[in-house]
Amino acid sequence: MTHIDVTVDGITRHGDVEPRRLLVHWLREDLGLVGTTVGCDTSNCGACTVLVDGRSVKSCNMLAVQADGHEITTIQGLADGDEWHPVQKAFKECHGLQCGYCTPGMVMASVDLLSENPDPTEEEIRNGLEGNLCRCTGYHNIVKAVATAAAEMKGASA
Amino acid sequence: MIPSTFDYVKAGSVDEAVAALAEAGDDAKVLGGGQSLLPVLRLRLNAPTVIVDVSGVDEMRTVADEGGSLLIGAAVTTYEVMHHDAIKASVPLLAQAAGLVADPAIRHRGTFGGSCAHADPAGDLPTVARALDAEFVIAGPGGRRTVGASGFFVDYFTTAVQPDEVLVAVRVPKLDGWGAHYEKFHRTAQAWAIVGVAAAVKVEGGTITGARVALTNMGPSPVRASSVESALVGGPATQEAISAAAQSAADGTSPTSDTHAQADFREHLARVLTARAVAKAAGI
Repeated sequence: MTHIDVTVDGITRHGDVEPRRLLVHWLREDLGLVGTTVGCDTSNCGACTVLVDGRSVKSCNMLAVQADGHEITTIQGLADGDEWHPVQKAFKECHGLQCGYCTPGMVMASVDLLSENPDPTEEEIRNGLEGNLCRCTGYHNIVKAVATAAAEMKGASA
Repeated sequence: MIPSTFDYVKAGSVDEAVAALAEAGDDAKVLGGGQSLLPVLRLRLNAPTVIVDVSGVDEMRTVADEGGSLLIGAAVTTYEVMHHDAIKASVPLLAQAAGLVADPAIRHRGTFGGSCAHADPAGDLPTVARALDAEFVIAGPGGRRTVGASGFFVDYFTTAVQPDEVLVAVRVPKLDGWGAHYEKFHRTAQAWAIVGVAAAVKVEGGTITGARVALTNMGPSPVRASSVESALVGGPATQEAISAAAQSAADGTSPTSDTHAQADFREHLARVLTARAVAKAAGI
């Protein structure tokens, strides 16, 4: 077992993990943070995307021991109390989901995208989400949601 | 799937990594960003008993300007390569190709050195290294040695790095005054290249005076399209001349047939994409 100290959604968490433990399994099974989903388990689909030190990472493609000393944000750490993050709100408003399975990863990838490019074009949104698969929506409303969130966040910071 | 069990060593220096590998014997693997290794472990294509994590080794996380070249630490991420000012300015081919690797989340953790050491024939960055005649700094029990790109990539998923060695850095020559472009053909946005072409050309007074062209996925390792290079040099920087030179792009290659493409289609792609990549590199 290897000891790790990781800040997850603003809270310092301590764990003793087998080195082979995947980050997503530590989050879901040890910490009970089941908002982060496991989709393909092959690093393709992006459902398990979380932020590591502010940047998107596929948590099924990282060992929990590699998170030691780092800061993780999951879908469950995005809201400010009862106030949803603008990206979460926009996904609801624009119906940027159907079954919802890919949504946690889609939202986290979108948050990462907007932190780097606050005013993306449609093409930049589609490129920015290339690592996240949705088998329901055809992506149209997801792209609309990200554009809506960008406009909302721009308005809020103006 | 869940990887099989292994011991985990977090190396604080290159020497520590080499010592850990020596202690572990032949059954250890080096972990950088893990974006190639983790899928291999999960699919149990490999089951090392020791993993040596080099992602926190300072020396391997830096980019040093050596005057005529940049020494890029093997654990510098693909994302960092994309955005590094000196790399963008002096080796734009590498920065541009880095932006075409996989997807943003993978680029945040995957590393330039790791991509080269993994040596997937469909990898983009090994081809760029081959086009640029990069040098690979490898550390082992006997000290350090440097291997050129032509000797580094040996076969499918096989490089000059031995089981008791670690790739420390990649030395990439600056190509000031050259134009460059990486052209990637793939089935879906995040997919591996079916064929890719890295091209860099120097154009002086309308004449091509230098050319470097390398191909992705046209054999077990990245290959230089040397006949294209010699056909280009001395000729005019025109679409006609470039298209004519690109006709020999598939000469001497050995592409495979798989579910994505038959070998003859890959040969066709090599010719078409070489013409496109060289034309873009020449600013046409």
